[in-house]
Amino acid sequence: MTASPAPTTFFREIARNRRNSWILIFVVALVLGALGGAIGGATGYGWGGVVLALVVAFFMSIGSYFAGDRLVLLSSGAKEVPMQAPPEQYKQLLNVVTEMSIASGLPMPKVYVINDSAPNAFATGRDPKHASVAVTSGLLEKMDREELQGVLAHELSHVGNYDIRFALLVGVLVGSIALLADWFLRFTFWGGGRRGNGDNDRGGGGAAAILFLIALVLAVVAPLIGRLVQLAVSRSRESLADVSAVELTRNPTGLARALRTIADDPEVLEVANRATQHLYIVNPIKSFENRAKSMWDTHPPIAERIAVLRGLAGQFGQDPGQIG
Amino acid sequence: MEPIWIVLIVIVVLVAFVIFIYNGLIQRRNVVDEAWNQISVQLKRRHDLIPNLVNAVKGYMDFEQETLTKVIEARGAAVSASQAGAAGAAQSAQAENFLTGALRQLFALVENYPDLKANQNVLSLQEELTTTENQIGFARQHYNSTVRDFNTSIQTFPSVVIAGMFGFRARDYFQIEEADAAVPTVNLRDEPPQAAPPAAPPQAQA
Repeated sequence: MTASPAPTTFFREIARNRRNSWILIFVVALVLGALGGAIGGATGYGWGGVVLALVVAFFMSIGSYFAGDRLVLLSSGAKEVPMQAPPEQYKQLLNVVTEMSIASGLPMPKVYVINDSAPNAFATGRDPKHASVAVTSGLLEKMDREELQGVLAHELSHVGNYDIRFALLVGVLVGSIALLADWFLRFTFWGGGRRGNGDNDRGGGGAAAILFLIALVLAVVAPLIGRLVQLAVSRSRESLADVSAVELTRNPTGLARALRTIADDPEVLEVANRATQHLYIVNPIKSFENRAKSMWDTHPPIAERIAVLRGLAGQFGQDPGQIG
Repeated sequence: MEPIWIVLIVIVVLVAFVIFIYNGLIQRRNVVDEAWNQISVQLKRRHDLIPNLVNAVKGYMDFEQETLTKVIEARGAAVSASQAGAAGAAQSAQAENFLTGALRQLFALVENYPDLKANQNVLSLQEELTTTENQIGFARQHYNSTVRDFNTSIQTFPSVVIAGMFGFRARDYFQIEEADAAVPTVNLRDEPPQAAPPAAPPQAQA
């Protein structure tokens, strides 16, 4: 078992995570600005390119914003649990979601169940009024009430922290970077409108050539950086959701035990794939999850998440040694 | 630009600023009031569930009539205490606490009846009561969060200035008084708490 981190309060952890995610957004915006500036200067199109990229990326994402939740739920084969007269086996699930809804002050989300024996859960929806949470039947079987409460607190925290919207913001920025880089590279290598073979017919020789070189390098490197930062943001928001869950339940043990149970379960979630992996509470693609401390992961490693929860145990008079 | 325009712009900006902060304070205060009402809603839910529970177990627990009666009486005391409104808040909290203790004793007794333990009705009622206890707890916790949010707003700069101007006052946290915090191990032969002089409840302020 890893050593316990210094005891802290969830207020501080929450503040730290929020700060980190905004710093990361700022970095992405900077990268976009640098790329846009270099390309704009090199091609003579100025900031037009950046603006166009942002607009296109925005419209590409708008469908996801409004209909993304329904799409994801459909593709996972999720079945809604009716609020009125629910089947007996889902009453406890609805009760626990209600408890978290009261604790957070958020409206009650729609609740879905996915028929799969691998334990996992996700939340989706553009804002708290249009939110849904889904759990697998495997999760319901394998978790006790305390663990279930921890998982649902985590999911509802995603909703309350507007993480779907946040991810979309990052996605638009990173998408713009990718678009801009792509256009520029095509423009350069497949011949561009007025520039012919890349000869510099504007005059100004050396400086423009250097700018062009910078733009070229950035066009190759920026999408990569953007993607890495996007993954870092995802990890940061997952940490935030863990700590926000503790703010709701005041019980770090529940979530920690749930994470341990999910991590130790060998089953593979059939309905998940690369496109949806980031939505789940634990990355459902087992080979990704088992790699330690990778910057390509959408989620922090489970051991690290449990360690953070252990650090919060002291605030609630719980024994850190009992967690994880 | 002539000085008169500058002055006017500054005034408009200041007024907009004040309005913005004032509205924020009103919103936070309303959230506090709503959260307080939520607690009563949850408590009432519990009152309503109990008769069903007692009916479900009555047939099996012939020897425990006294216990069941005490639960019903504790519930009755809690209901009438809740009807006293804000003035009887402390007394109500005490009655609810007593009721919680009585219910726990009842479920401890249920452990002795294997038929009851397996009974689907009892199990689902047990779940209903568990979730109700939790919802009461979370409603109180959420109320305290909203109070913390509101109090922080009226105490930090610059909203402290606006708060002072319009008479916003800090709200009290929901606290279970020390004597009540340790849920009594209720001997179901005790009488439920009768009318007692109320301590100062959390007053609704302007």
